[in-house]
Amino acid sequence: MTKTTQVGHVSHPILSVLTAIIAVALIVSSYIVLGPGPTAFAGGKRVALSAYQAQDPTGVPPELKSASLVERGEYLTRAADCVVCHTVEGGAPFAGGRGFVLPFGTLYSTNITPDVETGIGGYTDANFLDAVHKGIGRHNTKLYPAMPYASYTYMSDADALAIKGYLFTLKPVHAPAPPNSLVFPFNQRSLMSIWSILFNPDRRYEPNVERSAAWNRGAYLAEAMEHCGECHTPRNLFFALNNRQKFAGSVQAGWRAYNITPDRSGGVGAWSDADLMHYLSIGHADGRGTASGPMGEAVDESLSHLKPSDITAIVTYLRSVGEVSAADLPAPKPNPAPLSPADGLAANVAPRGKAIYEGACVGCHGWTGISPVIPFATLTGTRAINDPTANNVAQVIIRGAQRHTTNEADDMPAFGDAYSNAEIASVANYVTARFGAKGSELTVAHIAQLRAQD
Amino acid sequence: MSTSFVLNGKPTTLDADPNMPLLWAVREVVGLPGTKFGCGMALCGACTVHLDGQAVRSCVMPLSAVAGRQVITIEGLQSAAAKAVQAAWIKLQVPQCGYCQSGQVMSATALLEKNPSPTDADIDGAMSGNICRCATYPRIRAAIHAAAQSFKASA
Amino acid sequence: MTRESHASRQPTRRTFLKRAGTATAMALTIGFDWAGPARRAAANVAPSAGAVFAPNAFLRIGIDDSVTVIAKHVEMGQGAYTGIATIVAEELDADWSRVRVESAPADAKRYANLAFGTMQGTGGSSAMANSWTQLREAGGKARAMLLAAAAKNWKVPVVELTVEKGIVYHAGSKRQAPFGSLVRMAASLPVPEKVALKDPRDFKLIGRQASRVDVAAKVDGTAQFTLDVVLPGMLVALLKRPAQFGATVHSFDATAATAISGVVKVVQVPRGVAVIATSFWAAKQGRDALRVEWDDTHAEKRSSAALMDEYRQLADRPALSARKQGDAAQAIHNAAHKVSASYEFPFLAHAPMEPLDAVVKLSADSCEIWAGDQFQTVDQRNAATTAGLDRQQVSIHTLYAGGSFGRRANPGSDYIVEAVSIAKAHGADGTPIKLQWTREDDIHGGLYRPMYYHKLEAGLNDKYELTGWRHVIVGQSIMADTFFAPIMIKEGIDPTSVEGAATIAYAIPNIAVDLSTTKNGVPVLWWRVVGSSHTTFAVEAFIDEVAHAAGADPFMFRRKLLEHEPRMKAVLELAAEKAGWSKGPMPKGKGRGIAVSEAFKTYVAQVAEVSVDETGHVKVDRVVCAVDCGTPINPDIITAQMEGGIGFGLGAVQYGAITLKEGRVEQDNFNSYRVLRMNEMPKVEVYIVPSTLPPTGVGEPGVAPVGPAVANAIFAATGRRIHVLPFPKTGAA
Ligand code: FES
Ligand code: FES
Repeated sequence: MTKTTQVGHVSHPILSVLTAIIAVALIVSSYIVLGPGPTAFAGGKRVALSAYQAQDPTGVPPELKSASLVERGEYLTRAADCVVCHTVEGGAPFAGGRGFVLPFGTLYSTNITPDVETGIGGYTDANFLDAVHKGIGRHNTKLYPAMPYASYTYMSDADALAIKGYLFTLKPVHAPAPPNSLVFPFNQRSLMSIWSILFNPDRRYEPNVERSAAWNRGAYLAEAMEHCGECHTPRNLFFALNNRQKFAGSVQAGWRAYNITPDRSGGVGAWSDADLMHYLSIGHADGRGTASGPMGEAVDESLSHLKPSDITAIVTYLRSVGEVSAADLPAPKPNPAPLSPADGLAANVAPRGKAIYEGACVGCHGWTGISPVIPFATLTGTRAINDPTANNVAQVIIRGAQRHTTNEADDMPAFGDAYSNAEIASVANYVTARFGAKGSELTVAHIAQLRAQD
Repeated sequence: MSTSFVLNGKPTTLDADPNMPLLWAVREVVGLPGTKFGCGMALCGACTVHLDGQAVRSCVMPLSAVAGRQVITIEGLQSAAAKAVQAAWIKLQVPQCGYCQSGQVMSATALLEKNPSPTDADIDGAMSGNICRCATYPRIRAAIHAAAQSFKASA
Repeated sequence: MTRESHASRQPTRRTFLKRAGTATAMALTIGFDWAGPARRAAANVAPSAGAVFAPNAFLRIGIDDSVTVIAKHVEMGQGAYTGIATIVAEELDADWSRVRVESAPADAKRYANLAFGTMQGTGGSSAMANSWTQLREAGGKARAMLLAAAAKNWKVPVVELTVEKGIVYHAGSKRQAPFGSLVRMAASLPVPEKVALKDPRDFKLIGRQASRVDVAAKVDGTAQFTLDVVLPGMLVALLKRPAQFGATVHSFDATAATAISGVVKVVQVPRGVAVIATSFWAAKQGRDALRVEWDDTHAEKRSSAALMDEYRQLADRPALSARKQGDAAQAIHNAAHKVSASYEFPFLAHAPMEPLDAVVKLSADSCEIWAGDQFQTVDQRNAATTAGLDRQQVSIHTLYAGGSFGRRANPGSDYIVEAVSIAKAHGADGTPIKLQWTREDDIHGGLYRPMYYHKLEAGLNDKYELTGWRHVIVGQSIMADTFFAPIMIKEGIDPTSVEGAATIAYAIPNIAVDLSTTKNGVPVLWWRVVGSSHTTFAVEAFIDEVAHAAGADPFMFRRKLLEHEPRMKAVLELAAEKAGWSKGPMPKGKGRGIAVSEAFKTYVAQVAEVSVDETGHVKVDRVVCAVDCGTPINPDIITAQMEGGIGFGLGAVQYGAITLKEGRVEQDNFNSYRVLRMNEMPKVEVYIVPSTLPPTGVGEPGVAPVGPAVANAIFAATGRRIHVLPFPKTGAA
């Protein structure tokens, strides 16, 4: 405070402007920094886990209570979805090396197999907990928050160590992580400790005594394990989650993670519990959509492995969050397009898009948008097709959708190699116009941007 | 696990992996080889069959998805539209290697059954998903128009 | 419901044939040592009942009047069966409705492709050309014997007999006898040494519309492809191959694969690791679950872009001369006007609609193969070597091929050898095994049309006359390192690398065509129209640039340089006339382009019309094609082959490219290896030049000129030249 006072006495105009800026910045950043925690919206009294009397929201579901430590660790490892980030395509599971393109460079995930030299083989329990809860690596390296430790920090020690126990049963893989390519100042790992101080509460999950056991379990799974908010909650200036907009949607790695608040038109308020359960456990709900991109991975690798009681708990929790309206997302158009390509959408909308659609797409998606083949391929009513940015539609066209939960014949092939940006834009504009509530206006530049997210 | 459906007019129960694509169920389990394998990804149309009257790609259709439904393969084509299509195919000597042609005939028949006077644009809409590497496309187009003529005349 | 109950409910044509075959099992079959269980799968059409008259290796006539023509060429869409049958039936004066075709067994002695010398196989658009005289004689001799038989029966002079549609007539005595009634007698007569062939004016089938013999079965789904072969106890194999060419198996873990129900065995073979199962679906799931570690020590790890960089540099280094006439360098040096350009061609996959497949039944002393076989003698030899058998112990049943475009004729017999090696690894116990490729296997599978770099320079004098032409071609040799090399590669020049360029028909006083042959680990092969698939583009796109530089009309400029090439000039003029070339330039946004070529002695000219929208998107609206292939045996098939060639060529120039990144093929299926679709097919008009010269082929030549004709049309519409294939993806960032 002394300093501020001093500055306040200086009359130099530049300094006063600077002062004003700093003051505003401080106010803004404290607003941001002191933003609510992920479950603050629920209000109510929270107690330490040890003081909580009702059913323990951590650990494994009742079905697995008698499972071995390793089995429990495996379940929790699935629930925390470690494998997706820590595996490179075609590589050994958990051996790391997957690149994350961020605005300021590329980060690579690390090897978390028990290899001593390149993995976590030398980690003590304390080392492991530091990494999971605080983002501090074994040699005191500061991890980037691409590793969701600000979420994992809510994980109980027992659960984190069960995960470690499971990881240590894996075959060690020698795989050094590729060096990150970040620009200054983001390449300064030490900055991350400041970030952590500001944004990582470093606290374990505290049950809310005014909420049901299912709600608490759901909150624990969604926040500490599945880290839903990491994609679905918008971030602030400092790359931390802005829980004032909790679950209102965000763009991650080029994909749009949609609004999952109870907003009826833009969120999931209109979805039935069964819709949500289906979507979370198989990545598809009839008439609602099919998970692809990062959500497809989350379902395949994590959510689909959860027991039904846990999925129900997540749905309970999801239903309780505050409604945030999604201004740019219209309510999905429920009706299919006409059977004939000549009807419905005016032929002058993206004619090249139509030509491509009739050659490469119609076999699976049909002219009505209701797939003649498998419900997974139905476009009518889905969030993505009713998103006027057509962001995810374009992504799926470029990259396809490879799903592992079901028969591989459900895969959508990637068309990015064969079609130009103009063609992909036109086919995305065509399908959103034909099947969605409001057509998109993607341009060549948008597609180029999406392609850069490799 | 068994799946029951109606295949070429006959109630059929197959004891097979419900995830097995209909294409392979029809070819290898039932033993009807007219439906062909070209891509396995709904990209070429060689495997086209009719499901409740609609042309679908059987290579990506899990067997379980046809439970209780009507499936027609090239072996079971009976309709007047189908006969008109096949006659026009012969008259205009459409096939070359012939491998894609079961699928072409199935797609064309489904088109005519719904739309007895298709325009060139309708033909593009219905047939562009059926690849012919021999590029018999001009003849397919002409044959569909010819079939539509004779189909209408007979109707 | 079982397979049997279904089959009996609705007798398919196949089951019918089977029964028919049994019923006539007593019939005499002459000259066939491969009947038996193979018959059902191998015979594409009904075996003739009671074949009793087989005067030579190419036909049998049954007592039921059926005429069975034995085709030494594979039917892969090009119409070979119909053409072969037409030639035989013409000289025989057979009733076309009674003519059937059956595929020949692998037997180089009887069924060699005379264009290839002593080996049996199909390729180079040679089926009609090499069969022409041979099969006319075969038909003519049989006819002479049937006439002799009738003359003997009726005790009348042969000269008083006539034949029409399979019936022999004697006008004087008003007697007539169908062929079937004469075969017993004919079979006892000697085969004539020589026979007079028809005057072309008397042709009744040749030049007319004989309907294709294979169409009906291809319309009702009964045509039998390798995919459809089912033998008792047959297993299905899928092979996991390395992602990089030249990599080998280091180790594999089959635990998960063998856990799949239906998977029988997982075996290592030279090309990879095979999963053998009771069905395709089981084999596919097994292969997906199989884990293989590859040794990439000897693998090709470069990207296609890096290879092209290397090619560009090689174009400026000394190369071997494929054609030298006058002094091109000097002429260009002294020229008043110079033009130069380079053209880049990608690797191309054939992507026939039927993915490669073969059924092999291997035992200790025999190997039976079912395939849409295009290279019987080579495949027989390679199969024998792989199996450790004598060549005579290998028999091949050639089935309909679901397209090939050259892919099934490869010197290493890749897919056949794979199938034999899998059968061998399975234990060579007589279990039939079907090796099935998936589309991804096909796209990743190598044996591509090679990548090429072409560099051209031309010099014009002050009167804008073309005085010098220099053409450098850089790329892999198709024949190098194959058994063709010692015969075909002369002084380092693989003719398939330079045909269409070294043989340039334009009258230019000074010509130099040089070849720089590269080597890398990407396996290559001929692709439909072979060398002309790239040389015609380079020559015809460049001559257009030269004509433009000379301020000349592209058609008139070419025509002037073809004064001494009457056939080429004639097709050029015909195409231009039919396309309305003289009507002058097209309206804004549209353009017309022309190109002409000779391939396998068939001359083709095409005029393409395109429209280009504001975003640069090209739509080919119309292609007018003129073709001179000598005697037109079957005009409708010629037309079909031109249509098909145009569609095939268009897809390739517009979209086709196999690219490699770190040695891995980047395309997978028809999503990323785009081919032409219905809505992209232009209107095609075909005009055939009347001719009585010996026939030449039509399967391939239609492909060559379409690319440059369209590229030249794009120039006419936009002023933009295309130097890199495929055409740019318009609007790409
Ligand atoms: S095999 Fe089904 S669409 Fe190609
Ligand atoms: S006829 Fe050969 S692929 Fe269509």
